[in-house]
Amino acid sequence: MAGSRNRQAPEINAGSMADIAFLLLIFFLVTTQIVEDKGIRVALPVWSEEEPDITKLKTRNVFSVLANAQNQLLVRGEIARIDELRERAKEFIANPKKREDLAEAPNKAIISLKNDRGTNYETYLTVYNELKAAYTELWNEESQRMYGKPYSDDLPKNMKKAVRDKFPLVISEAEPTNFGEE
Amino acid sequence: MSKFKKKRGKAKPAISTASLPDIIFMLLFFFMVVTVLRDSELKLKVTTPQATELTKLEEKSLVNYLYIGRPLEKYQSEYGTAPRLQLGDKFSTINDIPIFLEQHKIKVPENKRTRITSSLKVDGDVTMGIVQDVKTKLRKSGQLIVNYSAKQKAEE
Repeated sequence: MAGSRNRQAPEINAGSMADIAFLLLIFFLVTTQIVEDKGIRVALPVWSEEEPDITKLKTRNVFSVLANAQNQLLVRGEIARIDELRERAKEFIANPKKREDLAEAPNKAIISLKNDRGTNYETYLTVYNELKAAYTELWNEESQRMYGKPYSDDLPKNMKKAVRDKFPLVISEAEPTNFGEE
Repeated sequence: MSKFKKKRGKAKPAISTASLPDIIFMLLFFFMVVTVLRDSELKLKVTTPQATELTKLEEKSLVNYLYIGRPLEKYQSEYGTAPRLQLGDKFSTINDIPIFLEQHKIKVPENKRTRITSSLKVDGDVTMGIVQDVKTKLRKSGQLIVNYSAKQKAEE
């Protein structure tokens, strides 16, 4: 035929293969999301049939927080807002002015948390978060005072322990009440 | 002196790029194999609350996930709208928790079993009743390290 071409197989340029592969690589890099799980770490108490009896403790050493089904808070018998919880907890634990009605010593302070079965989980977690934040701030201050460094994971283990032993985190959770609607 | 001035062939030898795609493909396969997609499909609406005091979960193989939330719309006709528990990829009841924990436990090397963490992914709108039941069951099963999954709250 007149139009007959060269019979030799033409060589395919493989130079752009790398670009195609790169494109795929970038696509996968962008679309895959590495799911990172973060949260508030809690150690639950060992199961026992008996309720811990907080009435044996001195009232001044107990910081009771109650959350009801309407998501309202009762802190040491009076209504409180969530945003003042952290400051109050800090003052209670450290008791800088040595007040008679606050904790005798930081290591005697006990935070008692009680909620209703109808309490919103979000409220519960916010309260828990605030209480934990109060301790973290205290640890930070103490660590700053003792070692001149903030309390973080970089701190050596024995230092962390020394700081935590001064302000041991005790959050005792009572069995929830059952007044609210679930 | 002329010894050093001697010029060799001027043409640069072309570096073959033919193996470049292979290298890139190798990278690609590496990423495809290593990235783990979410293993269980969520049948509940779970939007975890925000918090500030967060700790990262380190070893993924030591974590089991418990989801609590209201069923998604497409499952509501079958499962209703009350908050439910999801273990793995199916709707479960509180009584399935011990078996679930045991199934996860046998996959973990024995020396690491004390560090197993249960991550509770709970929707913010759920009431504490079911969460409390799950917590009690976890305590009874001896699973005491619990993580309340939450999102990082932006600092004001």
